[in-house]
Amino acid sequence: MQATQHAAHTGNHDDESHGHHPTGLMRWVTTTNHKDIGSMYLWFSFIMFLVGGAMSLIIRGELLAPGLQYVSPEFYNQMLTLHALIMVFGAIMPAFVGFANWMIPMMIGAPDMAFARMNNWSFWLLPPAAILLVASMFVPGGAAGTGWTLYPPLSIQMGMGMDLTIFAVHILGMSSIMGSINIITTILNMRAPGMTLMKMPLFCWTWLVTGFLLIASMPILAGAVTMLLTDRHFGTSFFSAAGGGDPVLFQHIFWFFGHPEVYIIALPAFGVVSHVIPAFSRKHLFGYTSMVYAIAAIGLISFFVWAHHMYVTGIPLTGQLYFMYATMLIAIPTGVKVFNWITTMWRGSLSFETPMLFALGFLVLFTIGGLTGLVLAMTAVDIQLQDTYYVVAHFHYVMVAGALFSAYAGLYFWLPKWTGHMYHEGLGKLHFWSSMIFFNIAFFPQHFLGLAGMPRRIPDYAQQFADFNLISTVGAFGFGISQLLVLVVVFKAVKGGAKAESRPWDGAHGLEWTVPSPAPYHTFEEPPAFDPAEAHA
Amino acid sequence: MVSQQLNFSTGLAGKENGRSTVASNRRVVGLLLTVIVGSLLFVSAQPRLYKAFCDWVGLYDIDRAERVAASAIPARPVVLEFDANSHEGGLLFRPEIKTLQASTGDIINVTYRVENTRNTTVIGQAVPSYGPQHAGEYVRKLDCFCFKQQTFAPYEVREMPVVFVLNRDLPSDVNTVTLSYTFFEIPAGSVDKPAVSMEGRT
Repeated sequence: MQATQHAAHTGNHDDESHGHHPTGLMRWVTTTNHKDIGSMYLWFSFIMFLVGGAMSLIIRGELLAPGLQYVSPEFYNQMLTLHALIMVFGAIMPAFVGFANWMIPMMIGAPDMAFARMNNWSFWLLPPAAILLVASMFVPGGAAGTGWTLYPPLSIQMGMGMDLTIFAVHILGMSSIMGSINIITTILNMRAPGMTLMKMPLFCWTWLVTGFLLIASMPILAGAVTMLLTDRHFGTSFFSAAGGGDPVLFQHIFWFFGHPEVYIIALPAFGVVSHVIPAFSRKHLFGYTSMVYAIAAIGLISFFVWAHHMYVTGIPLTGQLYFMYATMLIAIPTGVKVFNWITTMWRGSLSFETPMLFALGFLVLFTIGGLTGLVLAMTAVDIQLQDTYYVVAHFHYVMVAGALFSAYAGLYFWLPKWTGHMYHEGLGKLHFWSSMIFFNIAFFPQHFLGLAGMPRRIPDYAQQFADFNLISTVGAFGFGISQLLVLVVVFKAVKGGAKAESRPWDGAHGLEWTVPSPAPYHTFEEPPAFDPAEAHA
Repeated sequence: MVSQQLNFSTGLAGKENGRSTVASNRRVVGLLLTVIVGSLLFVSAQPRLYKAFCDWVGLYDIDRAERVAASAIPARPVVLEFDANSHEGGLLFRPEIKTLQASTGDIINVTYRVENTRNTTVIGQAVPSYGPQHAGEYVRKLDCFCFKQQTFAPYEVREMPVVFVLNRDLPSDVNTVTLSYTFFEIPAGSVDKPAVSMEGRT
């Protein structure tokens, strides 16, 4: 059926290529253009980023000082749950889908995504899901307060906010699956003649593997939350011990999805950085083939390490040892990538424009986050650090300084291509340095808090944690305010600024830089000539 | 047909011919849908797989090891005697049956009857004792009215259960086990509020 739609679409193509498309709001509602949809994904993710960020500031505000001052513990739990769900499913994932929509067809020389109408639907499923999540705050009992992991038995006992969350997760999962089908098909079938898989830009490789991770793991999450729903309303006892079920089963299923999810977020971030670092080092990416195998290895191993989130559930010693070693194994392909990026810069002709600064920030901070991850992989250490702020610090180093910094690197890197104008370099650098400094002020002290034993997900804490929490809160507010600079930068670049050439970065290579800036509404309606020697830039 | 084969490695499966791209797109979607359906089947099999795995490694059953050990000892007949006393005399308290022929390892379910003879509300709690005393170690109670305080309305009559198992490793010199309960009344006013609300929660 999708193929029929596609056939109909290509049939209408002649009309569209002359620029006859609806204007105003209906243009955005009905669009099947990958660039329009990419832009909508990016705007949506930025709005959700601000919403989720505001929630994190409520959390940090409450943690400013010991004792309860601004919000009730119940509301605090709802905030930390929604913050996580919105940031993971509403901000970071759609941001990289937005990059994929904008850039993959242009990188491989395709006219659009393989299933343009399904692409429209993938996007328009997101706002209803976001509304469900946000609306759950206003129903009796409030939003889910379980943490983003939705563990039973608490999630079985929650009010109807939990049901709204479950439906939101279902819709987000459908959107992700459709987006992945589209991206995988586009990459496999629509590359320019001569572009073999091993000549393909690395961002496409990361998305190819991510797409497979998504279609394999999203149905798992959908199954888990469906079982929660039937436990809540239809008398089943999958996870309810009273009826013969086992809450630990939920943890197994959730983390069987949840660990690949971590790499669903990280891999496209690796892809962006693998474009930015070579461009500003004016060298080809070092070790392209090993990068591809590392991506595939990370994707594969990510399905076999889930129980390292569950060391304290009473899994037997043999299990703990297996999951410990398997988790440490992931450091090998990840290390390959980090060393390849460093080697790419070695003896390169480096320059430090904003995209490069964010890529370097990513490299340094993601490596720190990766190392704390190795610390947590050790069972004996993790039993001590489980559910402390050390874990919070670890995953914010890989999620914020990893994925978000990489997304910013991509934003500044491709903004001239999207808007046709150069962004304001001074503001970009200010954005980077304030983000870098405030991020570390916010999250580095959390390592110390965790090592000292401060538990996560608790709105109050003992007196001895007060100083580091104060520092962390100051950093969080500074980081939050710095992010508003992005809005200024993007609006300025959309309105005007120095005219961008078709290839504004002299070190950047690839088909996306052969089209004019801003990229015309339709690109590569005829497959471009692809020079294999140009590949891997 | 040959031109419609998927050929991922060379890129662009027939861009010159729009139809063959559509055909190979359909093929890729078919492949991806099998992955999705496979994932859904996998997750729906999880509860059963999990239980089977836990049974296999002996994780699911928390008292499996104990049962295996106990089953090595054969069951044997014992005589059970039931006794009841009331400390203050306001409560009439007696077992429904006085003696019972049973086997070790059986789940035994007996009922005690309590009558409040006063015209006031009485709060009381039963305290168990065993004869011989060390037989108590081998009585495993699954449910008992003695677990919590009981409140009796004026002239209320109530039948209350006790469910227990006599372990098979009961010493061989014990052939008769006596289960005795004494009801102690808790004087009105001596129970402060927090204690009552704690009781309500258990």
